[in-house]
Formats: sequence, C-alpha cells, structure tokens
Amino acid sequence: MAATLPATPYNEPAKMDRTQSQGRPPAPRRVAPWADTLFSILAHSAAWLTLALLAGIIISLVIGAAPAIKEYGLSFLWTSDWDPVQNKYGGLVMIYGTLVTSLIALLIAVPVSFGIALFLTELSPAWLKRPLGTAIELLAAIPSIVYGMWGLLVFSPLLSSYVQQPLQSLFSGVPYVGALFSGPPVGIGLLSAGIILAIMIIPFIASVMRDVFEVTPPLLKESAYGLGSTTWEVMFKVVLPYTKTGVVGGIMLGLGRALGETMAVTFVIGNQNQLNSASLFEAANSITSALANEFAEAGEGLHQASLIYLGLVLFFITFVVLACSKLLLAQLKKGEGARA
Amino acid sequence: MNSTTTMTAQATALQASRVAKHASRKRVNAIALTLSLAAMAFGLFWLIWILIETIRLGVGGLTLSLFTQMTPPPQAEDGGLANAIFGSVTMVTLATLIGTPVGILAGIYLAEYGQKTWLGSVTRFINDILLAAPSIVVGLFIYSVIVARMKSFSGWAGILALALIVIPVVIRTTENMLSLIPNALREAAYALGTPKWKVIMTVTLKSARAGVLTGILLALARIAGETAPLLFTALSNQFWTSDLSSPMASLPVTIFKFAMSPYENWQKLAWAGVFLITLGVLVLNILARTFLRNKH
Repeated sequence: MAATLPATPYNEPAKMDRTQSQGRPPAPRRVAPWADTLFSILAHSAAWLTLALLAGIIISLVIGAAPAIKEYGLSFLWTSDWDPVQNKYGGLVMIYGTLVTSLIALLIAVPVSFGIALFLTELSPAWLKRPLGTAIELLAAIPSIVYGMWGLLVFSPLLSSYVQQPLQSLFSGVPYVGALFSGPPVGIGLLSAGIILAIMIIPFIASVMRDVFEVTPPLLKESAYGLGSTTWEVMFKVVLPYTKTGVVGGIMLGLGRALGETMAVTFVIGNQNQLNSASLFEAANSITSALANEFAEAGEGLHQASLIYLGLVLFFITFVVLACSKLLLAQLKKGEGARA
Repeated sequence: MNSTTTMTAQATALQASRVAKHASRKRVNAIALTLSLAAMAFGLFWLIWILIETIRLGVGGLTLSLFTQMTPPPQAEDGGLANAIFGSVTMVTLATLIGTPVGILAGIYLAEYGQKTWLGSVTRFINDILLAAPSIVVGLFIYSVIVARMKSFSGWAGILALALIVIPVVIRTTENMLSLIPNALREAAYALGTPKWKVIMTVTLKSARAGVLTGILLALARIAGETAPLLFTALSNQFWTSDLSSPMASLPVTIFKFAMSPYENWQKLAWAGVFLITLGVLVLNILARTFLRNKH
C-alpha cells in the first residue's frame, strides 16, 4: 500500500494544482511489483509450515501406532507386560518410569529454582547478577549426552556409596518409607535419573521465575518493605502471590522438559522393564529410554507400533503440560497489562 | 492504682510478644535467605563439577589421532573420532542451512505480518510448544516419514530431523528481536515509499541482525549436542562417509555407543568426544551472549 504512493519528482515544482484534476497521476515507480507478494507468500507459508509440522508429527505418530492402538486400545496404558519374544506389549512400566522420574525432578528442582530466583532478584549484588544468571543458564546449554555420561560414570557410583547406602540403613524396617529405599543401591535407577533431570530443569524453571519476579511492580514490593516486611515476607507474601500463574507456568515448562528428556535418562535409569517394587533405587525404564534403546532394532510390526504408541503418549502428555504452561504465562502477561 | 499495674503488665507482655515475634520473623528471614544462597551454590556446584570432570577425563584423550583416525573396533590400540566429527559437522551445518531461512521467514511473519491475526497467535503458540517438545519425537516423525519410506537410515534423514529442531529456536529469537525494533524506523521507511519486503529486508531485519545471528548460534549449539533425533534417522557408521544417503556417524551417537560399552578404549574416546562437544556448545553459547550484549 505504501508502495503505490506516486513518487513526485523534485524538479517539477508546484505544477500540480490540488483543486484541478490533472488527469492520471504519474505512474508509480516500482522496482519489482511482484516482490511484495512473493515475500508475503513466503513468510505466510513458513508460518503454515510450522503448523503443518505439528500436524505431521501427530498424524505420523497415530498412523505408526495404529496396529498397536487397534490391538490393545487404551488398556496399553495400564498393562505392564513388555515382551518382544511373545509379542505382547503394555506401556505401564515406561509410563510409570517417566512420571516418577519427572516427579522426583520437580520435587528437587522447584524449591532450588525458587531459591536461585530469589537470590538473583533480591540478594545478589548488582554486578554478580549477570554472571550468576548466565552460569545457571549454561546448565541448560550442556548437552544431555554429557549429563548422561557424567551421570553414569561419575555421579552414580558416588550416589550409591554416599547417599543410597546411608539412606537404606537409616530407613530399613520403617514401613512404607523403607520400601522406597529398598532394592540394590547401585546408583542406577529411578532416583539417580530423577536427580539428574532435576539438575537439567533447574535452569528453565529458575529463569522463568526470575523473569516473572522481575516484572512485579517495584511499588508493591516497596510498600511491603515500607511496612516493615522482611525480604522473605516480601517474596513469599507479595511477589509470589502476584506472580503465581507465571511461577506455575515455569514449573510446567520444566516438567515438559523433564518428561521428554532422553539421553540423560537412558544412561542412568538402568533400562529394565520391571515394576516389582515401589523402590526408587530399582532400575527401571522410561518412555524415552525405551525408544532410544529399542526402536532402531525393533522389527516392523507390533513391536515398532507399540514403541510409536509410547511416543504418541509421551507427545500427548508433554503437549498438554506445555500448553498449560504457555496459557498460564500468557495469562500473567495479560494481567500485568491490565494492572499497569 | 491497681489498674495501672495491670496496664503496665499488659504493655510489657505485649512488648515482649512483639519482640519475640520480631525475632522469630528475623530468624525465618535469615533461614530463608541462607537457603536461597545454598540453592544458588547448589546450582553452581553441578555446573562446576560437570565441567571439571569433563575436562579431567576428556583432556587425556585429546591427541592428533582423535581428528585423523576412524572410530576403532573394541579394544584396539588407537583410533579416533574423525568420521564422527566430520559427520556431526556436516549434518549440523546442513541442518542449520535448511532450518534457518524457514525459521527467519516464519519469525518475520510473526513480527511483521501476523501480530494480531489468528494464524499469528496459533503459530506462536504451536512454536513455543515445539520449542520444548521432546526431540526424540522428532526422530520418530522423520523415521516414519523418510526412513521407513526409503527403507534405509541416511544422513539426509538426520539433517532433516536436526533442521526441524533449528526452526522453532530461530523463529522464537527472530520474532523477539524484530519486535524490539521501534516502529518509527518502519514508518520512516514506508513514508519514503519503500515496499514492505524492502522495509523488512533492509531496515528491520538489518537492524535486528545481531539478535537473529544470536538465535542461529543458539540453534547451532542446541543441535550440536542432540542425540535422540539422530538415533533412528542417521543411525551411525563405523567408517568415513560423505554419502548423505547412507547411515552417517555423528559425535553424540558415537559417544552414546562408546560410553555404554565396557571397553576401555571406547570409553576414553567417548570422554574426549564429550569434552569436544561441551567445549563447542559452551563456546557457541558464550559467543552468542556476548555478541548480543555488545550490540544492544
């Protein structure tokens, strides 16, 4: 539209009389009239491609999983046999592994991330804020395969001798809690996968929390300080309630990451399809580690279809979790605009 | 007289309870702040520990043969990661070349065409989900669309899987950077009669180029360490290949295979590989950050 404005040459002063029609205006000078349309089409199709990508992923997973869906239906979700030899499949063990490791990760990561965000927004001297924030964000940059290898070869032996064995001797015989810490304390299993996932998602949750804490209007905080609140009371009773949707959004984002993390979990979870006890020390399996270990070797047919079914379940869960996270964060942004 | 004593007593009691309350509030505050400090230390502790172990165990494997020799069989004397490094560099470069233009165009759409349209908001929403979606699912997608059709694992499949991971990262940063450009710049260009595509290419995109480049670097850093989407697309290869239609080795997949093995020489190579990847990814990240800071 802007391009169609006539370009008036400078050396024709005031010939045009506005009150009188001069016939046709000078022809608009356009470099490449088609370029605008072409560019717009390109940009639009790139956006459509993103949507097509999502649709493609869902459709291809559903088609790939179709034989398994037809065979087992939804009972796949609560059946625990996984037996490639007899060609019987149920996803409970993997779904359980994925959920439990992510839960452990959240239990550790949420308080720690809150502490980090509190430190970065309220306590840290100004000159340290940036380097410390960057350092925490770098935790997210380390590739998951590095976490995996470090977890398997460095971390899990130490976890076994300094955490698992003491815990076991402390809680052996205690009902319920003791069962959580029974099993072989070899450093590989649900607990170590959960801890490593926690380290991996801390940067995501902490940086969302820091960002939402920083958008809290200073006026609110200063009023609370003015009434004599301590730093902790300002954080816990003013900032946290004000930003709670954003905080929950950040936690959901971390959960989405934890659910879909593959390599780090594959290294340390032990890859055993069993669900014999409630123990957190027991080697187990998660959706992602089952895919990483078995998919390339799985023969076509029910085995492969069942693995894709697991992938579909994973995608569905993460999609819902991430969508909730997005909606909550967007809501905070909207509220912020309304209050400002 | 009597009532005055009671009142003084009450006042002292009130005063005492206030002091106690105040002390306890201060105590809670001190505990909370100490815990917050501890949380920060906890976060840094892992970063430092992982980096130290990576350097300690990885530096020993850094020899010339690492870059010149092929991946060895188990328990061989020497060997390197040349084919895996080459495969990784090739696939990561091509994936970035394919993914970046699409990502930038979609980012331009979001910032310049579709800020308020339904397509814009839906795309933004979906893109944010794809950004955090499990990368192994992308591998499954490419497997069923390409590998299963072609009946063979291939370098191309790996490249496409990585490209699909590049796209959301680039879209996100491009849109963010473009929306930071003040509207006055666009309006000035329009007022001179510049067509929209030219405004975008020569004014907005050009002003935001540092930010867009940062996004590309971050995407590069992200896919350089990605393993999951390559496991059943590019698979792996023991030998040097530059044929993109055959299975191709990559650094992360080779590390995965070697680290899980009981052979000592394989594990040593895996640590050297982990060192290379960590170094590369961290350098890219720090580069991207300093770059952005200098420009803005």
